[in-house]
Amino acid sequence: MDYNGSDTVPGPRAEDHLPHTAQAAAKIVIVGGFGVGKTTMVGSVSEIKPLTTEETMTQAGIGVDDDFGSPSKTATTVAMDFGRIRISDELVLYLFGTPGQERFWFLWNRLFEGALGAVVLLDTRRIEVSYDVMGRLEERGVPFVVAVNTFPDAPRYPMAELRQALDLTPDIPILECDARRRASSRDVLLTLVRFLHALHLTGALT
Amino acid sequence: MNPPVPPQRRRRPATRHQPPSPLAPAQGEAEGDGKIPERLYVVADSDGGDRAVLDLVTLIVACAEPPPSSTPEQTAVLRMCRSPLSVAELSAYLGLPFGVVTVLLTDMLAAGLVQARAPIVRQALPDRSLLEAVMHGLQRL
Repeated sequence: MDYNGSDTVPGPRAEDHLPHTAQAAAKIVIVGGFGVGKTTMVGSVSEIKPLTTEETMTQAGIGVDDDFGSPSKTATTVAMDFGRIRISDELVLYLFGTPGQERFWFLWNRLFEGALGAVVLLDTRRIEVSYDVMGRLEERGVPFVVAVNTFPDAPRYPMAELRQALDLTPDIPILECDARRRASSRDVLLTLVRFLHALHLTGALT
Repeated sequence: MNPPVPPQRRRRPATRHQPPSPLAPAQGEAEGDGKIPERLYVVADSDGGDRAVLDLVTLIVACAEPPPSSTPEQTAVLRMCRSPLSVAELSAYLGLPFGVVTVLLTDMLAAGLVQARAPIVRQALPDRSLLEAVMHGLQRL
């Protein structure tokens, strides 16, 4: 890299450059409650060191935290971690981990527009923190699979019991994973893409 | 130890007969009601007043060397985009929120300094060959 001065120029490392043939990018969103392992999953499959993009929304401060001495406006900043996988010389896949709490939903229109689908990541110690997000996906008609991140000290439920508790339709895949492991996270993504493909074949996506 | 029964959830019906507008303003907030305009949402004046339609994963490629008149941000974008880079990555490397980066890029697109690739993700449905390509790519990981 050529530098124009003493400051380090920001940017990707040489090995992180995409080929000039890269024409298109697709995205998959990983959602779940706080601390379920979204960032871990992004990091384990990404070929670049996960990055963070921020989105800021300024809105009238009605019904939101007002601790900052500003009576009229509240700026909400949301950081999203993301990673990247090169699918081919032409195609790149981006993975975004996004918080599921309701106050972050202003991001969702942009995030899910054009997204292939979503992975809902669950922690069985606190399953219900991901329920809202699942309902939200259903309302929007975003196809998703459910991945249960198997924390060592977390309760293990039989999948059938979990499926019933989550009120999943029979076609929605649910699987256990270890978000720290690349192969396991990759399998979750593959399960999602196979599911999307099957939806396509049956015409359910049209 | 036997885990307790997981809490029960109720499936929600899809309500997407009219998909929400991607640029819907915060609820109930009419424009032009005397509030200070939001800088992040300044619109460019090219084709009908809309901001360039940029997704987080739109790939940006430089078409020129930084002109002498370029701002430090523009120079940084042009350097980084010698090979294609997503808007999300630009936002991360520049340390600027997505909204600010799209404003920056809208100007640069209008000036012909950069090109945007990849409208592919913007279609309503992912097409089957795309899904198959992603599947094969993941299998190789």
